[in-house]
Amino acid sequence: MTTWPSWQPEVLSFLPAWLWKVICIFLVLQMPPILVSLLVWAERRVSAWIQDRVGPNRVGPFGLLQSVADLVKFVFKEDVVPGQVNRVLYSVAPALAMVPGLVTFSLLPFAERFMVSDLDSGLLMLFAISSLAVYGIQIGGWASNSKYALIGGVRASAQIISYELTLGLAAAVVVLFTGSLNLAEMVRWQSETRILGLLPAWTIFVFPGGTVAFVIFITSAFAETNRLPFDMPEAESELAAGYHVEYSSMKFALFFLGEYAAMIVMSGLMTTLFLGGWSLFGLERVMEGTIWQTLIQTGIWWAKTLFFLFVFIWIRWTLPRFRYDQLMRLGWKVFLPLSLANLLVAAWMRTWGMWGASA
Amino acid sequence: MEGLGFYGFGALTLLGALLMVTSRNPLHGVLWLVVSFLGLSGLFGGLGAHFLAAIQILVYAGAILVLFLFVIMLLNLRPDDVERMPTFSLRGGVGGFLVGVVGFCAVVGSVVMGTGAFAKPVAGLPPLEAGAADVAIPLFSTALLPFEVVSLLLLAAIVGSVALTKRRLP
Repeated sequence: MTTWPSWQPEVLSFLPAWLWKVICIFLVLQMPPILVSLLVWAERRVSAWIQDRVGPNRVGPFGLLQSVADLVKFVFKEDVVPGQVNRVLYSVAPALAMVPGLVTFSLLPFAERFMVSDLDSGLLMLFAISSLAVYGIQIGGWASNSKYALIGGVRASAQIISYELTLGLAAAVVVLFTGSLNLAEMVRWQSETRILGLLPAWTIFVFPGGTVAFVIFITSAFAETNRLPFDMPEAESELAAGYHVEYSSMKFALFFLGEYAAMIVMSGLMTTLFLGGWSLFGLERVMEGTIWQTLIQTGIWWAKTLFFLFVFIWIRWTLPRFRYDQLMRLGWKVFLPLSLANLLVAAWMRTWGMWGASA
Repeated sequence: MEGLGFYGFGALTLLGALLMVTSRNPLHGVLWLVVSFLGLSGLFGGLGAHFLAAIQILVYAGAILVLFLFVIMLLNLRPDDVERMPTFSLRGGVGGFLVGVVGFCAVVGSVVMGTGAFAKPVAGLPPLEAGAADVAIPLFSTALLPFEVVSLLLLAAIVGSVALTKRRLP
């Protein structure tokens, strides 16, 4: 059942419950656009740092307002619609690419008492909605009616379908250990269980199931979000710009926003599933029940997620691009058997009571 | 409010299904089918069956129809090919109509007469708002044999389609 966050900070207790919910939704909906603009800036600064350049540092302090300047440029650019395109689908595609990224934000558990919806099958719902993002790319590639865009769209759909399997199987290991599909429950299990009475049972530490699942998950996440080294759908050297080659102005920016929002959601999912979400060695229990606890937990969650976002950028500017057949071989012939075997081992561990919710 | 959700999603499901059947371009047809499935998932959600709602999107809209789209995109239909496609064929129309009438009569009839499988909930089935565990436990205990038989059927379909479409290399 859907349970809304009924908890309301004391300071704001004069607000009616529904208004508080609306405020929660509003706050969460503000996150993706703000974060994406920061992330674009971070991407450029980090890439410059890795390549021993300076990067954008003119607009605002440390160049922080560069994204605002970029946005203004996007808005004022001419929206060129090429003559050969399927007009309706061409215009719908960027929105379809962006919406799943925004919607999945409502399912992420930022803190014990700060999430928009706390569904029993939250993990499944999150996978379900994020699996719709492929339509934007696919339709955008097809409606552009150009060969590079079409190849980009076809590549994206094949790649995302392939790696969704391993992504799901890796997450299933976490489900086995924590005994729940509810994201908040998963975090609670990870923060309350101990390994050898010492380490918190963050799934990444549960050897071998958790660690292997984490490696599979993070690699599949790169393929799912079309990031280097798996960015074949938009490989510049092969396809010009792939599925968004015919797009300009804000339509292009929406594709961009969708890609980065998906990246944030994937990072958040890695935090939640494998790194104990909002928990950090008992720090999440400080000032129990106050708004400060929620703020601390949200801070921990975001610190971990930002770390993963950094890893995304770091890897992009470190590794070269794979070849498409290598990507497919890796997915189907290495990761799929590996994740199936891992799931089997995890199931055994669970059955014999070495690990798991009841252990 | 609940009525609004029901009629809204119901209308979306029907509209999607109708436009899927009538649209000439197969790619548009697939997209309308996605819309229809999203509406169906909304209906499940309104009934409190969140697990079903998620699975509906995850399996059908998120995976199977993506593959449909994939195949249709690779068919490389030209606009004039699409123009020449008939929107209605008599044989298909009559056949579809008959199947629809039989199915509709079977469902409505069994509900009205109160004798069929739809009249009352079958004993041992999980409740509608079941979570993953309620679905999984019968699947691996009481309904194990049918479940395995269905998976065998799927395997046979896969082998069959490979055998039908594989070209012999000269």
